Amino acid sequence: MRILIRGGRVVDPASGRDSIGEVFLADGKIAESTGTPDRTLDAAGLVVAPGLIDLSARLREPGYEYKATLESEMEAAVAGGVTSLACAPDTDPPLDEPGLVDMLRRRAKALARARVYPLGALTVKLEGRLLTEMAELRASGCVAFSQANKPIADTQVLWRALQYAATFGYPVWLRAEDPWLAKGGVAHDGEVATRLGLSGIPAFAETIALATLLELVRATGTRLHVCRLSSAAGVELIRAAKKEKLRVTCDVGIHHVHLSELDLGYFNSHCRLEPPLRGQRDREALSRGLADGTIDCAVSDHTPVDEDQKQKPFDEAEPGATGLELLLPLTLKWGEERRLTLAQTLARVTCDAARVLGVASGRLQPHARGDVIVFDPHAPFHVRPENLKSQGKNSPFLGYELAGRVRATIVDGKIVYEER
Amino acid sequence: MQRNPQLNANGELQHLLSIEGLPREILLQILDTAESFVGVTERDIKKVPLLRGKSVFNLFFEPSTRTRTTFEIAAKRLSADVINLNIALSSQSKGESLLDTVANLSAMHADLFVVRHASSGAPFLIARAVKPHEHVINAGDGRHAHPTQGLLDLFTIRHYKKEFGGLTVAVVGDILHSRVARSLIHGLTTLGTPEVRVIGPQTLLPAGVESLGVRVFHDMRDGVQGADVIVMLRLQNERMSGALLPSAQEFFMKYGLTAEKLALAHPQAIVMHPGPMNRGVEIDSSVADGPHSVILPQVTFGIAVRMAVMSIVAGN
Repeated sequence: MRILIRGGRVVDPASGRDSIGEVFLADGKIAESTGTPDRTLDAAGLVVAPGLIDLSARLREPGYEYKATLESEMEAAVAGGVTSLACAPDTDPPLDEPGLVDMLRRRAKALARARVYPLGALTVKLEGRLLTEMAELRASGCVAFSQANKPIADTQVLWRALQYAATFGYPVWLRAEDPWLAKGGVAHDGEVATRLGLSGIPAFAETIALATLLELVRATGTRLHVCRLSSAAGVELIRAAKKEKLRVTCDVGIHHVHLSELDLGYFNSHCRLEPPLRGQRDREALSRGLADGTIDCAVSDHTPVDEDQKQKPFDEAEPGATGLELLLPLTLKWGEERRLTLAQTLARVTCDAARVLGVASGRLQPHARGDVIVFDPHAPFHVRPENLKSQGKNSPFLGYELAGRVRATIVDGKIVYEER
Repeated sequence: MQRNPQLNANGELQHLLSIEGLPREILLQILDTAESFVGVTERDIKKVPLLRGKSVFNLFFEPSTRTRTTFEIAAKRLSADVINLNIALSSQSKGESLLDTVANLSAMHADLFVVRHASSGAPFLIARAVKPHEHVINAGDGRHAHPTQGLLDLFTIRHYKKEFGGLTVAVVGDILHSRVARSLIHGLTTLGTPEVRVIGPQTLLPAGVESLGVRVFHDMRDGVQGADVIVMLRLQNERMSGALLPSAQEFFMKYGLTAEKLALAHPQAIVMHPGPMNRGVEIDSSVADGPHSVILPQVTFGIAVRMAVMSIVAGN
């Protein structure tokens, strides 16, 4: 299949290109020469960009098919312009065996939607006690190792896990949260939790764990990616670590760039997230850190939750928000608020994410993978259950009108989504 | 910010979920109405027909004898039919969801739900789900609020001190876990109390408690100095020893109200406690039973206040 996209505003964050022009795809790749296309897409008035790379999306398989299925979530991904995604190992059973990873990859491949990069469990059952067979998991396709939202409490195990991963150069992706300080907490330990009578997770639950992780990186040389930073003090620690030239990257959930504890309002369970939404100053520091590159990427942290699990008191409600279809509009909104160019804005969800993931996507140069999206940055997107393809309709932005709609998504040189 | 979910489109009290966010006029309306019911509770025939034919469902997801009983008495004195449901022992243990339980009871034509739940905010969830003519009264949700207790505390203070204008009120003990403290503090600040103090160790004070408009004291002798009202909070048994406190004895030594500490307060100070009391932990018996104590009148006023709340919401 040879596809010509013409007349669009071509934005390639990796090269900084931002001009009206053509993009040609052949043999699953971005191609240089213009042969005769099988299909021509008219992108006049639209933006042509690399497909989004989301470093955190839960597909809920295996084990949680009642919350969402691979079919529904892969549809949501391409409708949201996400052409590559990394999925956390917190399935049931967790991705701690090559057979599970293999099956997930084969199922995903058969659906031929977005590319799926599984994260393997760092410890068996994510229990934080025994190391998984990382070499086996790697061979079956795991790109990195993670504990999802279950931090390792035992620092001896954590140290050994990082050492072992470093031996073979496997990247480790971890959230920084001290499980003891976070125990029982459901909201940021601040004024709102005090007022609402919710048990709090202090910001130092993040910084203490982060300081431990950074010290272990110094000792072991592990390639660490810190997931879902939540506090201003956490951003400062990362900034200092990068200055020191430690091999550390990090991401932030796109919701945390826009929302704070104040959005909990009267116990809005859609704002029950992991990590918790913190104060206004934290939110501002995350937004700024993402703009200045201290934070490498923004992720959707897509977590489909069924309505019953949200129609509960705040502390009993299941944490998480749907995100695959909101990543583009919320990233655009962030870029606009920070007055960034479109190329600068999209970098955090394309080429920067590709760098963390270590894949040849996220750019429009010739020979790069043929993952391309065409979108209208100004078209309204009404966040309503019926407009979401994901089985998870849980969003703090329900009822909002955001800007940015995907018109077409191309993965591996094939059109996998087109808006009717 | 969403509209205050307790008020209807006319700004009247539709549900009582929290004292926070209620205008001063509504608080005074409740206190004044309660005043008129105090007489009723002292008569030979202790009934008025205000809620005749209405059904009040006491929905207690957390065990409670006292609060449930006072609501039951209040409803009966208003001539309502009262149905007590001890949910902790029934539907929830069968796996029924909170909203399904409420929908089922609503189908039995309830007019008023009195809800107690271990989770902060649960009554807000229920209030969003009930039909427009149904009302929800929060009888205590997690650590968040216990508005009728807060109101009866305000009523008691006004009864003995007449006005809030010049008062210093000290709230002592486990503020962190106390819905009673949160409700009282919001009520006191809304009614213009110039000085509200909280007294306790750092482990029992929530983060940024000053943002509620209180002064923080860790030394009880400093904190009760010149106080007109001292409110002692209950310390739950499970919190008496562990990571928050070493022992009940040490807590009493530092924060228990004794005659000696009480002597530092205003000579006409009143001593309150929401009950049930732990004698020798929060409060010495000589103080609990002494001339400054208004702990039993609080219980009596509690019925009038709950009658006031029920009659007001049911009339809106």
